[in-house]
Amino acid sequence: MTDHQQPVDPALWRGLTQARTSRRGFLRAAGVGAGALSLSSILAACGTAGVSSSSAAANGVGSAEWWGQQPETKTLNYANWPYYIDVAHGKHPSIEQFQQSTGIAVDYTEPINDNQPFFTKIRGDLQAGNYIGYDVIVLTNNDIPLGQMIQLGWAVPLDHSRMTNFAKYASPLVTDPSWDPGNTHTMAWQSGYTCIGYNTKYIKEDITSIQSLFDPKYSGHIGMMGIAVELGAVGLLAIGVDPAASTPDDWARAAEKLNQQKPLVRSYYDQDYIKALKSEDIWISMVWSGDVFQASAYQGYDTLKTVIPEEGGMLWTDNQLIPVGVENPVSAMTFMDYVYDPQVQALIEDYNAYVCPVPASKSIIANQLKDPTVADSPTVFPDAQMVARSKPYYQFQNASDFDQWNNTFGPIFAGG
Amino acid sequence: MEQHVRTDLRGGLEPPAERRHNRLGRTLSPYLLGGPALLWLVVFFLVPLVTMVSLSIQTCDSFTLACKVTWHFGEFPNVLSEFGGTFVRSLLYAGTATLVTLIVSFPVTYWIAFRAKRKNFFLLMLLVPFFVSFVIRTTAWQFLLADQAILLGTLKNLHVLPENFHILATGWAVIAGIAYNYLPFTALPLYVALERIDRRLLEASYDLYASRRIAFTRVVLPLSIPGIFAAFLLTFVPASGDYVNAFILGGTNNLMIGNIIQTKFLTLPDYPAASALSVILMVMMLVGIALYSRVLGSRTIEEYV
Repeated sequence: MTDHQQPVDPALWRGLTQARTSRRGFLRAAGVGAGALSLSSILAACGTAGVSSSSAAANGVGSAEWWGQQPETKTLNYANWPYYIDVAHGKHPSIEQFQQSTGIAVDYTEPINDNQPFFTKIRGDLQAGNYIGYDVIVLTNNDIPLGQMIQLGWAVPLDHSRMTNFAKYASPLVTDPSWDPGNTHTMAWQSGYTCIGYNTKYIKEDITSIQSLFDPKYSGHIGMMGIAVELGAVGLLAIGVDPAASTPDDWARAAEKLNQQKPLVRSYYDQDYIKALKSEDIWISMVWSGDVFQASAYQGYDTLKTVIPEEGGMLWTDNQLIPVGVENPVSAMTFMDYVYDPQVQALIEDYNAYVCPVPASKSIIANQLKDPTVADSPTVFPDAQMVARSKPYYQFQNASDFDQWNNTFGPIFAGG
Repeated sequence: MEQHVRTDLRGGLEPPAERRHNRLGRTLSPYLLGGPALLWLVVFFLVPLVTMVSLSIQTCDSFTLACKVTWHFGEFPNVLSEFGGTFVRSLLYAGTATLVTLIVSFPVTYWIAFRAKRKNFFLLMLLVPFFVSFVIRTTAWQFLLADQAILLGTLKNLHVLPENFHILATGWAVIAGIAYNYLPFTALPLYVALERIDRRLLEASYDLYASRRIAFTRVVLPLSIPGIFAAFLLTFVPASGDYVNAFILGGTNNLMIGNIIQTKFLTLPDYPAASALSVILMVMMLVGIALYSRVLGSRTIEEYV
């Protein structure tokens, strides 16, 4: 319990792990010997260690020597979020191109709807050092699993000799970021805004303020996100507090505001909010900028609109990383860097319309792909006003900090 | 077994080696036959159960996810005070839905058991919709009942319903979803009970000048009580832990205890609270069932459950 108060030191946890395993092993042996275990020791033996010997650094995984030994393989299993890569005629042109030029068969899947649940699912395998079935996964900097992957040693350090496109073309927004100094473990996939989306068919006024999410006029048709980091940040913006500089007192006030809003809210969503917005069950919602852009520009939902409110939009970044137990690390590096080719990124960006990590793609989208809507969009290639309105998330200092945040905002969407 | 031994002794002979081997086999055979089931229960029931109970008294570090047994029982009063209302709501929804399924399936199964010519055909007809995945069917309801979809959208365009009217995100949508999804769990045990009723008892009641109504209330209904009991259990118990219907069809005020457990396990990694909730739900169900079987009698239940 006291460990909650301290910043996490991987070595400490490794030490605890080993002691714990042997104790468990001892108990088990004793049980066999004695023929029976008392109830209390059975229950006690069920404790789980957080970190395991699968930690990348402990095994030299990700060192230059390790990378030198990795064979090139012809497959790649990539796990991403939905609505995130170019689609044309049921295929992904950027991936097709990659397969043709490298001969690597890519199995691109979209199993991630939310950081925490996805992390919960892969955690057991990571801890055991097993292959989780994916060579690359994408996690967001605003939630805790990305930090857990890096600090618990479950993310393979990247091979910087295979990051030529990244070195040349990556936007300053995603190079040497605060959540992964020196890009030792991650390369961004896209950034984006958590902001407001609404349907102009039902909402006739121009939405400019985050307070519209709290407007009783729209009762029963307001969507919020059931993701603690997102919901809390928007609650803080609504009470006029900068999330990054907020204190637990501010959190409590924001939670109070969100609790008052609860009777007006249709549901607390994860990625599925976009379906409710499309089916017109909700008229105004917390959204991720690109989703609504795609829906209105390409999928025929042209009454949907996004706005970064005057209080600010939360700017996050989704990061590609290689989990331990990886089977195709070279393919993973090759693909992660491939998307930083401005031509390739233009294809992807023109579809997903999030915040582009490659500024050089702008002219390609404008001139070759002839899509000025995306090229000129301030939420894709942010202008000065957008940069001013971009708010970073609160950075969690330790586990107790994170627990307090969750205990403050969790009950709003997971409360009786 | 007894008999064999006795004959051998009476003859005053040592049992032949072959038979002795046989006897060993006979002694072991119940265990050998029960072995796979026992192993199954230990691995898939006992171990998870112990893990769950243990987890409810552990303290976890939410960053490293290391959990340690601290004998901290505080989660139980905590979650009970925080989610007591949700427990009540879950039982209310599951109970209402179970009543609905009973009322809906009793006439149908009665008709199939007593009147229909091609029983198997009609039974199959009752079950065919349930060959489609549970989640798909529930999502289909979500699609059909959406605010602007084919049903409500049309009625709203005709100005029959106000613009703000919605069915999804209400308690009724959740209850209807559960009732719909759990229908076979009610219909099948009811059918089995009704089908088993000896027709001669009915004839006898008519011979004794019972009207059809009296024959039904005094003969058929009492004889079908074990079926009703089994149907109630098979529907109510899983329904009160259900979270899919509330997730897909419900809104912010219709969460059931299953949704809370799911969120606590997956979205907010709060394993001890989630485990405590699961343990409480399980104990509630066990106590409830024990009381219930005292009232309705449990001797005949084994035949149906």
